[in-house]
Amino acid sequence: MTTIERLVYMANQIAANLATDEDPAGAVAEHIALFWDPRMKKLIFDHDSGGLSPVAAAAIHQLAQKQNGG
Amino acid sequence: MTYQPQSDFGTPASKSEQLATLTIDGRIVTVPSGTSVMRAAAMNGTSIPKLCATDSVNSFGSCRLCLIEIDGRKGTPASCTTPAEDGMIVHTQTPRLAKLRKGVMELYISDHPLDCLTCGANGDCELQDQAGAVGLRDVRYGEGANHLGQAKDHSNPYFDYDPSKCIACSRCIRACDEVQGTLALTMDGRGFASHISAGLASENFLSSECVSCGACVQACPTATLIEKKVVEIGTPERSVVTTCAYCGVGCTFRAEMRGEQLVRMVPNKEGKANRGHSCVKGRFAWGYAQHRERILKPMIRAAISDPWREVEWEEALSYAASELKRIADKYGKQALGGITSSRCTNEETFLVQKLVRAGFGNNNVDTCARVCHSPTGYGLKTTFGTSAGTQDFDSVEDSDVILLIGANPTDGHPVFASRMKRRLRGKNGNDGAKLIVVDPRRIDMVRTPHIEADHHLPLRPGTNVAVLTAMAHVIVTEGLADEAFIRERCDWDEYCHWAEFVSDKRHAPETLEPVTMVPAADLRAAARLFATRPNGAIYYGLGVTEHSQGSSTVMAIANLAMATGNIGRRGVGVNPLRGQNNVQGACDMGSFPHELPGYRHISDAATRSLFEADWGVPLDPEPGLRIPNMLDAAVDGVFKALYCQGEDILQSDPNTQHVSAGLAAMECVIVHDLFLNETANYAHIFLPGSTFLEKNGTFTNAERRIQPVRKVMSPMNGLEDWEVTQRLAQAMGLDWNYRHPSEIMDEIARLTPTFAGVSFARLDQEGSLQWPVNDAAPDGSPIMHVDGFVRGKGKFVVTDYVPTDEKTGPRFPLLLTTGRILSHYNVGAQTRRTENVAWHPEDLLEIHPNDAEDRGIKSGDWVKLASRSGETTLRAAVTDRVAPGVVYTTFHHPATQANVVTSDYSDWATNCPEYKVTAVQISASNGPTDWQESYESQAASSRRIIAVPAE
Repeated sequence: MTTIERLVYMANQIAANLATDEDPAGAVAEHIALFWDPRMKKLIFDHDSGGLSPVAAAAIHQLAQKQNGG
Repeated sequence: MTYQPQSDFGTPASKSEQLATLTIDGRIVTVPSGTSVMRAAAMNGTSIPKLCATDSVNSFGSCRLCLIEIDGRKGTPASCTTPAEDGMIVHTQTPRLAKLRKGVMELYISDHPLDCLTCGANGDCELQDQAGAVGLRDVRYGEGANHLGQAKDHSNPYFDYDPSKCIACSRCIRACDEVQGTLALTMDGRGFASHISAGLASENFLSSECVSCGACVQACPTATLIEKKVVEIGTPERSVVTTCAYCGVGCTFRAEMRGEQLVRMVPNKEGKANRGHSCVKGRFAWGYAQHRERILKPMIRAAISDPWREVEWEEALSYAASELKRIADKYGKQALGGITSSRCTNEETFLVQKLVRAGFGNNNVDTCARVCHSPTGYGLKTTFGTSAGTQDFDSVEDSDVILLIGANPTDGHPVFASRMKRRLRGKNGNDGAKLIVVDPRRIDMVRTPHIEADHHLPLRPGTNVAVLTAMAHVIVTEGLADEAFIRERCDWDEYCHWAEFVSDKRHAPETLEPVTMVPAADLRAAARLFATRPNGAIYYGLGVTEHSQGSSTVMAIANLAMATGNIGRRGVGVNPLRGQNNVQGACDMGSFPHELPGYRHISDAATRSLFEADWGVPLDPEPGLRIPNMLDAAVDGVFKALYCQGEDILQSDPNTQHVSAGLAAMECVIVHDLFLNETANYAHIFLPGSTFLEKNGTFTNAERRIQPVRKVMSPMNGLEDWEVTQRLAQAMGLDWNYRHPSEIMDEIARLTPTFAGVSFARLDQEGSLQWPVNDAAPDGSPIMHVDGFVRGKGKFVVTDYVPTDEKTGPRFPLLLTTGRILSHYNVGAQTRRTENVAWHPEDLLEIHPNDAEDRGIKSGDWVKLASRSGETTLRAAVTDRVAPGVVYTTFHHPATQANVVTSDYSDWATNCPEYKVTAVQISASNGPTDWQESYESQAASSRRIIAVPAE
């Protein structure tokens, strides 16, 4: 498994486990913000969303926008 | 201090709150009701002669030496079995008593060897002391039948049994029964033929069920059971109280010394974690500290293919600093990181994370707790507000039902297991606590002498969340939840949301039975039992955390405790049994890449500024890399340097081939350890470490109990570990000037609110303190969340069962789960270098008879264990302890490398590896795999050290 494959897997796994949260995408975004190092975040932000579950993709989009001041 | 034996009051303390006042030898003494006259006298400074009594076991009344006279009563009762009563007037020394005692003692001595001068216990023998105490000067009985000259049993590697010296007092038997709870010893024969036997007549101590905890040796009043080291060295001349460096129970011991030589480790009666008990590891397995394979000189090499070259400390440290600086300049500061160890002290751990944050300039610090209890940190912080267990160990004495899940305490936490077993057995005719075991294996606690679990739920590995949710389903739908507690202490809306979730039919035990393999009726009965007993306590271990759903399981446990109102008093609670000695402390000290000491997130500007002001450097507000992320980054070529203190990631972390690839890709691996461990095969700089006997500091056990570690001998490598880290920091230009670990603790206390009241002086005074220690709890906190949760309201978290992606299939049809055995500790670096190998010389694969028969495998056969990650070979042990479809092994021996087969899957929240579930296939084998052979050859080559010619 390459690093980006692993990050996609991790994001999907987090999303699956937070699926019952009131705001799953928000919860996933918060989790990644709190626990991933800057390089991991950058790699997933730069990724084309391939392989990401809809909740994980939404979370990463949300987080990327926030980090970029969007 | 000069050697003083520990006080022995003869009989155990009474816990009664009623008092009795009596007169003993003209002096008035007030004691709790139920106290024996013997103990009351001892508390008053009067030592009544005794042989069969010792305060670790109940009184027995057999030796007839402790006789007393009581005004108004006939005869001479035994003081050990006579309770003190109000108004009693006792005489301990009268002419009548003296004559009786002398007569009794004369009989004992008439059948005892008179080799006192050459006896191993000379000077430390109660029989000798009592002969003196009663004034025995002559033995009138001549030659006759006796027990002298019998063969000794030397089979146990740590102690001898000499039946010739036995006085048949039964102290050893009672210690084995009452203190250890193994019931391995018995009094065989009758009358003159009575003798102590370890199991069957054909067995010796080593082959018996004896677990070598040392309780019998401790209880023996003669040289019948005596440590081999005392026989070899002689009796100790001083003692120092320190804390064991093995598991998370945190037993304290008296290191009994002669000069700088350790004679024996004796469990400390004052130790609040162990209450005078020990296990084979802490009591006896310290020989590694002087093992010939210890590395005592720093070593360096340019490439891992080169042999090591021994150098002085200064050269090693300046080379390390220059390499770290070179790599930071070339690749950026994020290319550096460090790993702290749960085996090291709080002070050492604090310094390593400080070096990374303040010296390396990033947060790339992680700890071996990543691979064991990181989900505990996440789960309990989320639900309760703090990352720690809720109880002290004494709490188990008040439990009415115990839910044991994913823990094997008789092997992993043996001293606490003995306390738990004592509670399960009950006392004085009263029933003990009920027991529910949730474990894929039939661990010893399921059925052991005088204990049988009320329910064993042998779940399919990986289904903890489903089992706990099903239990919650039963509790909620059958109206067994403690709504009064929930309304008062928890967020009611969150509870309602959770209750609705668990009440769904898809979480019913009947629906989940095909997934969990747990019979629904058993699960329902277990849930009802847990919810309906007054005090329910949950104890868990790595069988909970080391899963894809580790954090969810911890939160499901917390949910269950809250739903049943089992938080905030004695006898209840959520109790993670920590694997290594200082897992709790390593986590407390800010070892995780996202947290500063005291579990405060690195992104919190107020906390960061506190540390920045104290340390004089800006801190990176972004979380750093966790261990698996470091290895990924290394393989990607962006993580280049690692300072690894006291941790062997190559053997202990999952998917060995990925770990080795990551290490091999780094340009500077600094290993700081006692031995050339497996990780050191990929190291460029080796900094020799010091053992727990050679340094000062503190460990924090599973109860949040901070206990002193005291230096009892000079470090053979020349420096304590905190000094090594400090000198590395100084070589990198940091202005660190700690003169003693107490100054590091002062800094921790200054910066960490939960440690505010902790200092070495206070620990010396109190013996130990359980955090939080602050203005609100100046003497510490044995039990947490008493009046409210740390986070305010307890949080119910919905924990949906998300199955692991590690699936069985035609190629890999079995599930492997891994664990520990009593005689070994973690990767075995210490215990493999002791006589403990007598019990467990190699890792074995447990396989069910059906699965073994299908594959033509017998016990003792070599088998190949293969998974999607890799393969290894080991010998099989065919047993129905494991269910069909499940196999089990330990990971103590590098020759096996069980982690060659474990997968990359990990907990969703923390990346704690999923050691407990790997799909595997087992087949017959002729010997080592190609991987094992190439690994062994690489390891041998890597461990070469250039011989330095003599000058």
